Amino acid sequence: MKYLVLIYSNPASREIWESFSDEQQAEGFRYYNALAEELAANGELIVTEALADASLTKRVSVRDGQTVTSDGPFAEAKELLAGFFLLDCDTPERAVEIAARLPEAELGLVEVRPILQLGGQEM
Amino acid sequence: MSAPAGIEDLLRELAPQVLATLVRRYGDFGTCEDATQEALLAAALQWPAAGTPANPRGWLTTVASRRWIERWRQEAARRRREETAAALAPPDPGPGPAADDTLTLLLLCCHPSLTEASQVALTLRAVGGLTTAEIARAFLVPEATVAQRISRAKQRIRASGAEFRLPSEAERAERLGAVLQVLYLIFNEGYTASSGPALARVELSGEAIRLTRQLHRLLPDDGEVAGLLALMLLTDARRPARTGPDGALVPLAEQDRARWDAQAIAEGVGLITRTLASAPVGPYQLQAAIAAVHDEAARFEDTDWDQILGLYEHLGRLAPGPMVELNRIVAVAMVHGPEAGLRQLAAAEARPGLAGHHRLDAVRAHLLELAGDREGARVAYRQAARRTLSLAEQRYLESRAARLRPLQ
Repeated sequence: MKYLVLIYSNPASREIWESFSDEQQAEGFRYYNALAEELAANGELIVTEALADASLTKRVSVRDGQTVTSDGPFAEAKELLAGFFLLDCDTPERAVEIAARLPEAELGLVEVRPILQLGGQEM
Repeated sequence: MSAPAGIEDLLRELAPQVLATLVRRYGDFGTCEDATQEALLAAALQWPAAGTPANPRGWLTTVASRRWIERWRQEAARRRREETAAALAPPDPGPGPAADDTLTLLLLCCHPSLTEASQVALTLRAVGGLTTAEIARAFLVPEATVAQRISRAKQRIRASGAEFRLPSEAERAERLGAVLQVLYLIFNEGYTASSGPALARVELSGEAIRLTRQLHRLLPDDGEVAGLLALMLLTDARRPARTGPDGALVPLAEQDRARWDAQAIAEGVGLITRTLASAPVGPYQLQAAIAAVHDEAARFEDTDWDQILGLYEHLGRLAPGPMVELNRIVAVAMVHGPEAGLRQLAAAEARPGLAGHHRLDAVRAHLLELAGDREGARVAYRQAARRTLSLAEQRYLESRAARLRPLQ
């Protein structure tokens, strides 16, 4: 079963991160790298990425056949998507167990969403 | 492997035999498995043009042995050891493969120290002779993910100290259970993925049937192995009718039974009938018996629901579980009417494993529809559609809900 683990940031988490020293931030990156390597070695990781700053977001809309983009950020106070893990694990419990190891989980900023499979059971 | 079908079938058949010969000769399952895989790839490239050799197994064994020795030398060099003449000479050829080597391999690939996903990947490669790329395509994951699962599985097998020999009789029964579960998992993966953009996928159901057939040949008296094979045959027989031209799911009640595979049904029914008469009954046999009752009905209206209900009651005692309970309730409704089914559903809905499950909503929707409660059925179908994790089921459930929209 595939699961998308979504990691959000909010003003509180951004403040914590910005208060970190360079060494503390490097430690944070090392933690994420080690986790990704462990999950890759298990054969549970499909892909993980961190998103660039939300201020670089472009909202895309098409009006009368014309593509129009508008720049972010969109409301500083809101929770913003910061990164994700796409996993393939044996059970939903295992996906939750992995999600719980993300530091953002301590701030309630991590979600696990199952991916729809193509096929289905006969009814 | 992308070789012509005849060669590919031959390679798949020989894969576990060649691997077993190597493991007997050199030990070290992990390196032998890599060497065998390389020999299979070499054959898939060379045989179509150069012709199949007179002794295909000998050819594969020789090439795989060479590859093993190359790897061994690289390893030795890496350890900065001097190559000696003794180290260069291939070890004595050990005995040829024994009849139950495939069973030994299956038990090793489904070792309890491995995760389910790793058991599946290793079984398909080491016993099924599939490449890492084929397995990755079949499960819609990147090749690197499957490669990692296989290499991690081999490390774990090595670390667990498992050896290439049959476990004791007492341990074997338990370990065989894991093998059957892995084969059933592979079958279901193929069965449920028969719709959508899945054309390039390796045919996993067919592969699971082939491996289970091999196992049945090795253990003809094991009732559960026979039961699983019969269950697969009887389920797969309905495949041509279970999806519409656009890939949409067709429920059992509406399938065109003329499109069922009569030959597979005859084989499955014969197998399960003989097995039930001779072996101690088990869960796979009961599920096969249920599938046989469905497959033997010429029309949906002819289904012997009394018999199906009895079989589900038996299955519920032997191997209770939420899905067995749900299917039993459907049978109750078919025998005693939808209201009786709905009453039992209300009593069962809080059980762990059923609460919040989309199948519970789907069954409720179906029974409400049978009872004539169109609005209740529509709401339950919508709820089931929201809760399913399958795109095909979501489409099916949405379409049932749409049919029940209030009449203007």
